[in-house]
Amino acid sequence: MTLLQLTDVTRTVQLIDAPPLTILSGVSLTVEFGDRLSIVGRSGSGKTTLLNLLGLLDDPSTGELLFDGQSVRSLSGAERDRVRGRDVGFIFQQFNLLPGRTALENVMTPLLYASGRQFWQRSRIAAEMLDRVGLAHRLQALPDRLSGGEQQRVAIARSLVRGPRLILADEPTGALDLETGESVMSLIDEVALASGAALVTITHDPAIAARATRHLRLDHGVLQGEIRALAPGGLPAIGPGIAPAGAAVVQ
Amino acid sequence: MLSTTVGAFAEAWQEVRIHKTRVMLSLIGVAVAVCAITTVVGLGAVAQQATVEQAERSSGRPASLVLQLSTMDGSSPDTAAVQAVWSTALERYQIGYASRVTTTNQSVQFTDGVANVTTMAVDQPYGTMHRIRLTDGSWFTETDAARLAPAVIVNSIFYDRLGRPPLAEHPTTTLIGERTTTAVITGVYPSQSWETDPAMYLLTDALASVTGPVSATPDPSAAAWYGPPSYELWVPPELADSLTTALQRDVSAAMGEGVQADIYRQDYASFSEDPFLPIKLLVGGVAGLVLLLGALGLVNIALVTLAQRIREIGIRRSFGATAGRVFVAVMLESVVATVVAGIVGVIVAVLIVKNPLMEQLIGQGQVTDFPPFPVEAAILGLVCATAVGALAGLVPAIIAVRVKVIDAIRF
Repeated sequence: MTLLQLTDVTRTVQLIDAPPLTILSGVSLTVEFGDRLSIVGRSGSGKTTLLNLLGLLDDPSTGELLFDGQSVRSLSGAERDRVRGRDVGFIFQQFNLLPGRTALENVMTPLLYASGRQFWQRSRIAAEMLDRVGLAHRLQALPDRLSGGEQQRVAIARSLVRGPRLILADEPTGALDLETGESVMSLIDEVALASGAALVTITHDPAIAARATRHLRLDHGVLQGEIRALAPGGLPAIGPGIAPAGAAVVQ
Repeated sequence: MLSTTVGAFAEAWQEVRIHKTRVMLSLIGVAVAVCAITTVVGLGAVAQQATVEQAERSSGRPASLVLQLSTMDGSSPDTAAVQAVWSTALERYQIGYASRVTTTNQSVQFTDGVANVTTMAVDQPYGTMHRIRLTDGSWFTETDAARLAPAVIVNSIFYDRLGRPPLAEHPTTTLIGERTTTAVITGVYPSQSWETDPAMYLLTDALASVTGPVSATPDPSAAAWYGPPSYELWVPPELADSLTTALQRDVSAAMGEGVQADIYRQDYASFSEDPFLPIKLLVGGVAGLVLLLGALGLVNIALVTLAQRIREIGIRRSFGATAGRVFVAVMLESVVATVVAGIVGVIVAVLIVKNPLMEQLIGQGQVTDFPPFPVEAAILGLVCATAVGALAGLVPAIIAVRVKVIDAIRF
């Protein structure tokens, strides 16, 4: 079942003293429920812009973006915010925890914008989520008292606490050492798998990208090709036509 | 809807709690301004009460009507006839507070010689009608009229000249005239700051037993030396106009042609709608200016700190906070904080205004009934605090909403 569908999406920005800058050009992409997708590319290739589009934080300049079958253009700003809050969870490279708030309060933050049981029982739900990522003993710890790995675990708990259908991870291990990064990615994979959410990961790290089942490469805003791994853990394509053994170019 | 409202308040309170040092610093100005505006209004009420009571002591409480009778030929109206008309009118209109008022001079023997004492002969209700406050003893009672030795209530200058004898010992004073009369001092009232001479009250019915000054008139029995009394009434203000008309009609009809009956209001409230309006406007203007300065400081700090919170706003937006929610949260943060500051300011203001030392300072000893802390002052303080919070939060809230989420996250 299709969660996200991008058809010939372009994103350009107007510059004051220069012609418009095209960041994404002719991107077509489908993300299904439960997909594991990695996007690799050099700095400035448009990865983050694509992630912003997928997370409904930005609008395509041209082309069509459907979220759960509905055109994003037809949604009002507030409706888009609500869809994002309900269905999308962000994991940032720099964790982006709210300073001065405890781990528990950080995880409770998305639940402040929920309603019903999720809102009224936000403290309990957030505590359970932190327990799930192994931080039951750090509920009252402030971000500056947590290690990098712990901070990213809090960020993961926060992104998953509303049960999103799409998890967008922007360089989730970029600020962590190799071992901690592996551990954090295992956790993300585990909770995403358990919840059935689609996971889109932006990374420079081939080893992280290799954990996905679908691999994209962006080059100067153009989606060069998609490599679908035949088996989990297969190596990602790092360029068109350089697919590893056991992978097939689908587009 | 409920979860949205509760969530917005929870978010605002969390912000206030997290940034309590910054919030406290920024709110000192607001708390001081609210305290100032509330204190000024509260003290203004005490000062107003002092002025009101002083005005009521001299000209009676609202609405005080005065009836004066005069004849075309300048002679005094028939006292017995006037008395009959007066009694009938009081009975007919069921007026409980009424007094005849006669002002005269009476020679009194002091240890250092005889002095002329300003004397007011009144009826028993006069004390209530004019808020007569006694520092010692008590006002006339109904039974005082039956005393053989008339009761007098003297001012503190009079009392001082007598050597301040204890009232429990029923001190007497000697009123000198064609006959000498001994009067009993039953009460003492404070002299006004401008008074320098002794003065006293006695009951109108007792006046007849007291003779005038030795040199006043060769015919003391006629009581002509003190002239006709005026007649005062304390009536509900809303009935004052209709009673004036009715009494004018009744008295004129009863006294017949040749006697002119004049009835008019003499209390302070009859002179203008609100005699304290200019003072209120002045005080309000100054307090408003103080509040405006506090608000400007608040806006300034709110704008500076907002720049540091752009990233946080971006993060919240990425987790589903709508633009409206961010607007309300930033706005509420300011309002919640200023309301807390307002409550603190009002509490401090109450402590200042209701402080006995302050009451004495502002009341200047003129206030009998200290007004309770004016609720309107407390409400005004809280409304001002809320309004300042809303206004100070408006600009940052608008800026917060205009932030682009993708830029804010990477700010």
